[in-house]
Amino acid sequence: MKPNSPGERLYNGIIKENPTFVLVLGMCPTLAVTTAAMNGLGMGLTTTVILTMSNLFISLLRNVIPDKVRMPAYIVVVASFVTMVQFLLQGFIPSLYDALGIYIPLIVVNCIILGRAESYASKNGVVASIFDGIGMGLGFTVSITILGAFRELIGAGQIFGLQIMPDSYVPVTIFILAPGAFFVLAMLAAVRNKVMDGKPKKEYSMHSCIEGCEACGNKSCGGRISSAKEKE
Amino acid sequence: MEALKELLIIGIGAAVVNNVVLSQFLGLCPFFGVSKKIDTAAGMGGAVVFVITLASFVTSIIYKYILANEAIHMEYMQTIVFILVIAALVQFVEMFLKKSVPSLYNSLGVYLPLITTNCAVLGVAIINVQKEYNVLEGTINGFATAVGFTIAIVLMAGLREKMEYNDIPKAFQGFPSVLLTAGLMAIAFFGFSGII
Repeated sequence: MKPNSPGERLYNGIIKENPTFVLVLGMCPTLAVTTAAMNGLGMGLTTTVILTMSNLFISLLRNVIPDKVRMPAYIVVVASFVTMVQFLLQGFIPSLYDALGIYIPLIVVNCIILGRAESYASKNGVVASIFDGIGMGLGFTVSITILGAFRELIGAGQIFGLQIMPDSYVPVTIFILAPGAFFVLAMLAAVRNKVMDGKPKKEYSMHSCIEGCEACGNKSCGGRISSAKEKE
Repeated sequence: MEALKELLIIGIGAAVVNNVVLSQFLGLCPFFGVSKKIDTAAGMGGAVVFVITLASFVTSIIYKYILANEAIHMEYMQTIVFILVIAALVQFVEMFLKKSVPSLYNSLGVYLPLITTNCAVLGVAIINVQKEYNVLEGTINGFATAVGFTIAIVLMAGLREKMEYNDIPKAFQGFPSVLLTAGLMAIAFFGFSGII
């Protein structure tokens, strides 16, 4: 596929650079809202909308925003869309708004969005950036919906609210509670490691936001992290 | 005395009962990223305590006296205002420390820019608004949340230092084993849930 074509962008976001399992970005919403498949889907689609809109705008403004103040400018763009989406959800889908709660405003600090703004939208054309946003957003949606489905299945015997397990199944409630999020993601990450084992290893950093500033897109640290690592 | 009791309950609640990392899932990136060594984990914890306390104080004041002011009524701007205030605050703190307290800057400096994207900072500011805390309660809540973060990350670093020498199946090395450890810690922290 041609680089930067819509199809290639979608493939890249959903499979090749899946934000959750390959880039390991946006861990907070991934673990926090996946108590049920529906919440994961809602969170994923919300993030997709915001990511696509912010990619579109940042790509349009990429020649206008001065380089030195680009991070604050990106943050303002993202925060504006988050605020708008928050009110739309509150008005039209109050049940999802209640389920996601504090994690809607926190989409602002989701590394995926600022990361794509910095590493893709600020350098590429409008159409490619839109599809990059959609692809990355769908990749995120697919992975957190899977995570939510596993937790819901084990913890409540249901998927999307439909009873799957037989009546005799005793739900393991802990999988809906906080520890379950860690356990399920650990298993999925281990499966991923097993599958990827033997294939040429891509850089797989769990330190996405911290040690891999490049992955996070936040260049404001000016490379001091690497110098700190050398000191150790 | 009653007020003091109230503050104590907020503090303990935020620090251990509703631990920011293990039960609210905020600040997971630094929790996984800088928990390899106890020293660096403690450094990160110190920087987080410093920034979150300051940020929750400043955002509480801004919310109470500007955004929620009778004449202005701009509560809907809170997300945008808070994130910009936090980003600016972190920059100022960094410049101030570099100039005036170089010893502190040397120990915390590298962690400061990373804290802007730590969702715990914005999370605490929003929780303060949601729970309608006043400025003092908000600041205490911020401080206690950050202390909870420090407890969790230092414990995690201690466990990971020991885990270095363990024989872990290949697929579980790295990220999965850290997640499993965090899950077990989260179960342990459930034990605190009865104390208030």
